[in-house]
Amino acid sequence: MHSIPAFTTEALRPTVAGADALLSIRGLAVRFATRSGMVTAVDGVDLDVYPGECLGLVGESGSGKSVTFLAVMGLIRPPGRVCEGNIRFRGRDLLALGDAERRALRGRDIAMTLQDALTALNPAFTVASQIVEVLLAHDRADSRAQARSQAIELMRLVGIPAAGQRLDDYPHQFSGGMRQRIMVAIALACRPQLLIADEPTTALDVTIQAQVLELIASLRAKLGMSVVLITHNLGVVAEYCDRVAVMYAGQIVETGPTADVIEAPRHPYTQGLLQSIPRLDRHGERIRPIQGALPDLSRLGEICRFEPRCSLRTAACRTRIPMFYVGPQRLARCIRVHDVDT
Amino acid sequence: MNDAASPWAAEPLVEVRGLTKEFELARSVGARLLRAPRRLVRAVNDASFSIARGETLGLIGESGCGKSTVARLLLRLHEPTRGQVMFDGIDITTLAGADLMQFRRHMQIMFQDPYASLNPRKTVEQIVAAPLMLHERLSRPEARARVADFIGRVGLQSSQLQRYPHQFSGGQRQRIGIARALILKPEFVVCDEPVSALDVSIQAQIIDLLLSLKSELGLTYLFISHDLAVVGYLSDRIAVMYLGEIVETAPTRALLESPAHPYTQALLSAIPRLERGQQRSRIRLTGDLPSPLAPPAGCKFHTRCPAAMAICRRQAPALTSLGVGRRVACHLHREAK
Repeated sequence: MHSIPAFTTEALRPTVAGADALLSIRGLAVRFATRSGMVTAVDGVDLDVYPGECLGLVGESGSGKSVTFLAVMGLIRPPGRVCEGNIRFRGRDLLALGDAERRALRGRDIAMTLQDALTALNPAFTVASQIVEVLLAHDRADSRAQARSQAIELMRLVGIPAAGQRLDDYPHQFSGGMRQRIMVAIALACRPQLLIADEPTTALDVTIQAQVLELIASLRAKLGMSVVLITHNLGVVAEYCDRVAVMYAGQIVETGPTADVIEAPRHPYTQGLLQSIPRLDRHGERIRPIQGALPDLSRLGEICRFEPRCSLRTAACRTRIPMFYVGPQRLARCIRVHDVDT
Repeated sequence: MNDAASPWAAEPLVEVRGLTKEFELARSVGARLLRAPRRLVRAVNDASFSIARGETLGLIGESGCGKSTVARLLLRLHEPTRGQVMFDGIDITTLAGADLMQFRRHMQIMFQDPYASLNPRKTVEQIVAAPLMLHERLSRPEARARVADFIGRVGLQSSQLQRYPHQFSGGQRQRIGIARALILKPEFVVCDEPVSALDVSIQAQIIDLLLSLKSELGLTYLFISHDLAVVGYLSDRIAVMYLGEIVETAPTRALLESPAHPYTQALLSAIPRLERGQQRSRIRLTGDLPSPLAPPAGCKFHTRCPAAMAICRRQAPALTSLGVGRRVACHLHREAK
């Protein structure tokens, strides 16, 4: 079982041949001090995002997927703290930067859209002023008037009808799908190289969800940016992402090209997730739920996080498990990768 | 799931005819003083369907389409503006007092939000025992014994009965809600998005539980969701709603394999799928759901319909039969009859 060599992510070749990672996260740990003790929300995350790719980050609530990218954005606030690791964006160590430099980068080079567009947008300001603010803060426009015309351009770009007339409306006057588009417009104001979309469609109806995802996909192609799509929906990942990383209880448990991972998952958790989803194309096939619940993040030992729920567990799983190389561009955090029946 | 059952041959347990619900919008004091006309929003318009004993009918639609209003009308948690709800042959819209109370024990509901639907000041035992105390007038020890006996069926332990809802996870809370809904052994249960708020792995556990309880207790379900995959998995038949109207009903497999209404087709094509390689042509719906306050004239879907014709703007299509168990409200299928 231990004959498989453990690889670090460094050993992985980039998806785009010859291109270096745009964003590179190594050994990231984020902890929150709570009344019930120290909670390790993100534990030793290694992740790369390459230029122009769309990476899907999948996990259930509390798996640490949002926290990982809030750390990238420099938005972890006490009681949370980035304790270990480094985050490099185009070679620069983000954690070594001062507040001012960090702020300059945020929005300009890396932008993030949040799940709940109604609470993320300021209800007291018109959408125009919220887009204009970003443009002026990053010196993208010389005057307010110029920024306004750029704002109209951005709203057109994200497909808001009658953008000129709706510029001075407030967030509550837009529908959920339109609000999500406005968030995308704000995120794209400075033409970032990396867009992090945190659950962009979770609160939306399925027909609107498709519209927003297609918008993000077409803007990625048009602007040549990289996209990280944080989601709990494996179907969304299957349709829109080149690569996927699966998170469980603060750790990445599997990464690889999306189609390969979905076709032949190598981690029991990924496999369990795939078997938990009712499939429209396989009508009549029974789902097989994963038993048990997510572990308490404040009481984690040095064992495989999935061990208590895993049907393949052995005594050897009760130790810290590294990522193993399981195929081209594929890693899985499991000592029984060859026993995962696919 | 249960293809063996032939639902439309069985007698209907629930039958709904021409069900309509209008809500009056709040008016300002000024508007009332000026005797401005009342403004009504029609949440459900002329809905007719039936659910056979032992069947699961899935009800699907986007937010605001009126699916939860239908559920509440069936249980008489709302009073219908027009129409009938027959339960086991009795029109429940006219019942009152003790008769209504008597009928309520046969119909129960499970809610979407496992955080808001349980009283935070009551223990699990008090929550699950409440229907027993109300309907069966059991003494506390008797109720306690029944609850302890029942709680295992939903996957909780009797040692957890003295705890409060906040001490449980979302999935466990949903199990408590299920126990409360089923403790009276009702015949008919409305499941109003019971798995929508749950994580994927927990959602699968609850779906599994709902299926096994259904066969164990011989239940009939109305399963409401916006997730077509979940509805497709659980239901024998599916009804699709759009802006307060039922636009298509069909046996699950038929609906999934050959949706007849353009809205059903769009809904199916919008779902992101796991299977690769399958080049699906996505039907793009442009625009948002129209406001229910000012629904479009004619067919309510015509503003977003890729196949809209001139007649669709003028005349609302009636629900017409298209063969075994399938009914569609669309002008495209007018001739097909």
